[in-house]
Amino acid sequence: MFVLIVGAGRVGSTVAKTALAAGHEVSVLDEDPLSHERLDANQPTSWEDAGGRFTVGTALEVDALLEAGIEDADVFVASTNGDNTNLVIAQIAQKRFGVERVIARVLDPARASWYSQQGLETICPTQFAINEFERVLGVSA
Amino acid sequence: MYVVICGGGKVGWNLARELIEKNHEVTLIEQDRRRYLIIEEELEHAVQYGDATELWILERAGIQRADLVIAVTGDDEDNILICQIAKEKYLCERTISRVNNPRNLQHFELLGIQPAVSATDLILRLIEHEVPQYGLVHLLDLPAERLEIIEISVTAGAPAAGKSVSDISMPDGSLIISVLPEGGGGFVPKADTVINAGDEVLLVLDPGLEDAITEQFAPNGTGPAGY
Repeated sequence: MFVLIVGAGRVGSTVAKTALAAGHEVSVLDEDPLSHERLDANQPTSWEDAGGRFTVGTALEVDALLEAGIEDADVFVASTNGDNTNLVIAQIAQKRFGVERVIARVLDPARASWYSQQGLETICPTQFAINEFERVLGVSA
Repeated sequence: MYVVICGGGKVGWNLARELIEKNHEVTLIEQDRRRYLIIEEELEHAVQYGDATELWILERAGIQRADLVIAVTGDDEDNILICQIAKEKYLCERTISRVNNPRNLQHFELLGIQPAVSATDLILRLIEHEVPQYGLVHLLDLPAERLEIIEISVTAGAPAAGKSVSDISMPDGSLIISVLPEGGGGFVPKADTVINAGDEVLLVLDPGLEDAITEQFAPNGTGPAGY
């Protein structure tokens, strides 16, 4: 499986490393060249030596997406630090490049829930935190 | 008309002011606290503070009853999202969006966000109009209708120069709709109207006929010396 991850923050870089270790082909796109360090951190070899791909570029640039291999991607993960960026690039991956599975991280529960009703797979860390706090406090609905 | 404007930059603030002057009801949404306070001194209750990509902020501004939503923030993703949500969630029929980076226009089109206005493109269009390099200027493109209206200056020695409208061999799918003679004025031509070198003609045509039209009216170009 070929996984393209856009946004190599804490979430993106960790998922990238796990997916690579699990034997998948993984390509990471981030606008910050320094984000590459997160992919190398605590690893015996560099990201590239381990077989990973890394492209520097902005998510909305079609050229950057192409260079990162979006046309061959089976899975597209939008995990930049911007909700709206994630929602827009996820739709580009879906509608323009026909990527089979598209997942977007959306911090705002309202937007996450509405877009998931529209058929976009969203993951909302804020909602997880809310659920967990409610469970721990014993106030869940 | 009730208009919700997202983004209180120069464009948003001035639009709000103009629309209020034309007696429209306006709510402007600005997410920067300091900017909001400055605008609020002038627009008072017509400006609200908040992130216009948050659903509750849009609802507080009354997006459900908006006749028009204008997204003019400095961020293209935000503008796309605002228009998409306005249309698809709140069933607002009309949106207008600003494109900050003209290269993002393709994303607006992909997601059906239109009209999307890019200042860079508008200025490029004006440059084309003021400094015609190829003699042919696009005045209006109607991509959905597959029609465009263009203006072209007739050059000396062009096949069309000195001929009456009925004698010019016009490509199928094109029509002369107006003649603007060199000396000023303008009129809708008849079959026997003679087109002269130096006249400007307006045509409506199917897209893709530009070359054939240029061949008839300005095969040697009309740009100023050096172009």
